[in-house]
Formats: sequence, C-alpha cells, structure tokens
Amino acid sequence: MSMIEIKNVSKWYGDFQVLTDCTTDVKKGEVVVVCGPSGSGKSTLIKTVNALEPFQKGDIIVDGISVGDPKTDLPKLRARIGMVFQNFELFPHLSITENLTIAQQRVLGRSKDEAMQKGMHYLDRVGLKAQANKFPGQLSGGQQQRVAIARALAMDPIAMLFDEPTSALDPEMVNEVLDVMVELAHEGMTMMCVTHEMGFARKVANRVIFMDRGAIVEDCEKEEFFGNIDARSERARQFLSKILAH
Amino acid sequence: MNYNWDWNIFFKSTGIGSEIYLDWFVSGLGWTIAVALMAWIIALLLGSVLGVMRTLPGKVLPAIATAYVELFRNVPLLVQLFMWYFVVPDYLPEPLQIWFKQDLNPATSAYISVVVCLALFTAARVCEQVRTGIQALPRGQSAAALAVGFSIGQTYRHVLLPQAFRIIIPPLTSEFLNIFKNSSVASLIGLMELLAQTKQTAEFSANIFEAFTLATVIYFVLNMSLMTLMSLVEKKVRIPGMMGGAK
Repeated sequence: MSMIEIKNVSKWYGDFQVLTDCTTDVKKGEVVVVCGPSGSGKSTLIKTVNALEPFQKGDIIVDGISVGDPKTDLPKLRARIGMVFQNFELFPHLSITENLTIAQQRVLGRSKDEAMQKGMHYLDRVGLKAQANKFPGQLSGGQQQRVAIARALAMDPIAMLFDEPTSALDPEMVNEVLDVMVELAHEGMTMMCVTHEMGFARKVANRVIFMDRGAIVEDCEKEEFFGNIDARSERARQFLSKILAH
Repeated sequence: MNYNWDWNIFFKSTGIGSEIYLDWFVSGLGWTIAVALMAWIIALLLGSVLGVMRTLPGKVLPAIATAYVELFRNVPLLVQLFMWYFVVPDYLPEPLQIWFKQDLNPATSAYISVVVCLALFTAARVCEQVRTGIQALPRGQSAAALAVGFSIGQTYRHVLLPQAFRIIIPPLTSEFLNIFKNSSVASLIGLMELLAQTKQTAEFSANIFEAFTLATVIYFVLNMSLMTLMSLVEKKVRIPGMMGGAK
C-alpha cells in the first residue's frame, strides 16, 4: 500500500521549471533515499509532500488524501507527517520540553500531562532526557537535530520526511543523528530522506531515487542502485563517483 | 550674560487660585503621560496587526498595510495633528460633530485628537519594526511551525511573533520614547500638557530660563526611566543560549 504517492508533479518559479513530471511512491514501512546534486530539486520535491512548497501540475496522495486539492485541510494533514529540517528549526524561544509538547497540545488537543509523557518518552529515546529544561541554543547541533526528530515523533506521524538532516552538522555529530534514523527505519517507520549519506542509504534504504535538474532520473531498489553501477545513467554514475571517491 | 536665576519661582503663587507654578508642571506631566500612554497602547496593537499584514501571503492585505505606512509616515506629524483637530471633525456625521465640537470640554476634544494623531502616526512606524522583526527570522521557522500542523494564526502567535518582538525591543523602545517627546505637539492645539504649561509659566512669571530648564529635566528624567524600564523588560525576556542571552 502506498503511503505517499507522487504523480506527475511539476512546479515552476515563474518561467523556471524546478520540478519536471516527478512520479514515485513510498510504501508503508518503506525507506526511500532521495539524492542528487545541489539544485536538482530534491528538497523542493520532499517539501511538496506536506505542501510546504505548492506545485502547479500533478498530484500527491498521502494516506489517501490529496495534497493538491484546495479543499484539503492542510494543517491537519501536516500534523500527521513528521518533518525534520536541515537547520533543525526548533523554536528557540521555547524550552526543549515546550518544543516537544506545544504542537501536541495546540494541534492534537492533548492534555498537558499526556503531551509531556509522550514528549519525554521520545526525548529519552533520542538520549536527551537530561536536557529537557534547556533551550535549543544551549544544545549542540546534533542534540538539536535529535530533539527535532523527537518533536516530530511525538505527533505520532504516519510517515517522516527528512530534508538533509545531517548536512548542517559538524562531522562528529552526524552519526548520533544517523543512529536515531537507522533505529527508526528498523522499527518500520515510513521514511523519505533527502540525504548525501550513502552509508545510511546502503544500510537501511529500500529504494534510492536520484534526481537531476528537477527530474527523477533513477528510481530503483537499493541493491540495483549500488550494485549495478553500469546500468545507471551517466549523470548518476558521475554523481556517485564523486561522492563515493573517498 | 546678566540673568538673575530664581529657582524659587516654582514655589511662588501663579496668581490663579492657590496654585503654585510647580502645580502647573505636575498637571502638565500628567497630561503628557496620559496622551503618550494611551496613544502607545493603540499604536502597538494597530502597528502589530499592520506589521503582520505586510508579511502575509497574497496581495490585498500587504498592499493595504503598505499604503497605510506610506501615507502616515510621509506626512509631517504637525500637519496630521491639524487635520485631525481642525479638518476631520467637520466631516463627521452631524451628531458626532456636535458632540465633538460643543458637548465635549475643549481639553477632552484636544486630547482625543492628539491621541488619534499620535497613535496612527506611530502605528506606521511600529508596523515597519514588526515587519522587519518577522522577516529577520529564518524562513525555516515558519516552515517548521506549519509542518507540525499549526495554522497561519498559530504560526504567528506561538512561533513568529514571540521571537520577532524580542528582536525589536530596542527600536520599539526608541519609538516608545518618541511618542512621549512627540506628545508636545499637543500644546499647539491648546492641550495643557508639559510643554504648554512650561510656555504658560514662562509668560506668567517671565522666568523663561527656569521654566524651560525644568521642562528639559522632566522630559529627560521621564525618558531615562522609560529606557531603564525597557532594558529590564529586555533582560527579563531574553532567551537562554540565544541573542546574547546567558548560556
């Protein structure tokens, strides 16, 4: 069963086309990694899934609900999809606890106690229970990103979107975030990840999508993507040879 | 220069009732504060709404707010005051007009005019500060707020405005001080605030230098206290780990 279905999506900024006829899907429990050179449209594509980026053509169906339909209650839909950003985007004026509970209370209508319990559960899972009363600015980048993942999980999402979750991190902090993501994947979370971490892709991805100039160039099983390099497009081979060189 | 300073003048009788000159200054200061505070409250509320409007998606609401700002900040304050006091009342519906011009006592109608004038003028400036405060935030903040399921209203209320207002406390402080200083234009339509009382004292007593020296000191002390108050507020709302806040 498809959790996220992207059907012939095209998007323009004025005359400039940023997405060209993108079609793919993410099944329930599947982990799909989206990679490609910068400016290839991967971040834009993942943001169309929860309508942070509008698109002009095609449609996206998330758990049976059309994202493009003007009648869709977008806040309600977004509340069911977790998203993790490149720059964490915790709310800096709120404590870690408040970051974890505010949307549960204001959007899902949970009681303070319930939100707190849930928030603490996930904060503990990402190993940061001791930081509950701090503010985001007092944590390292890796810690902030783990809190951001906990914030998304506390909403009980049906799928998680990751938009380059490790590319703003110091190298030594990348693994602590990837570890959390690997664990999530093993638990069967449906995940769509824009990332350059090919080690992560190799470890947990079911499928790999390669994008270039706004179009999906490759969309295949992980084993096929990494194992059968000769069958890949020239652009994908170039890209892989550059990022796998070292 | 040959001038006989006489600081006792403030304790001498004005010749009107049992009042001494100092009483005039006290009453003048009262009006100044009443005008400035009322105008500031309105300016802060209206300016915040306009500032938010300028950052909303779509065309109509931002355009309305922009037009407002351009109108009110490009016409001199004094011209605006005269418009509100001399011109606008003539265009009010008949009953309102009679009420404003005849039923109200002159001090009240002058008070209303100057409060409206200062509030609308300052709202344009507050609007610009609120707008820049919101625009100074990383774009990802509103994306993250929307992504957790917040509506646009919740995004502003819980995420954008609490941060934007913290950023703009320093420029808002100077706007807050400006409104006290600008309130002196009220003396030109006969409201007996601090400057008007100062001029009256100067004329009655002929102690011009003493009168204006005292007015200067009062304005200065008033504004310094407000500034101190605002820096306490700024300290109080500072975010740990951010914007120079304590780690």
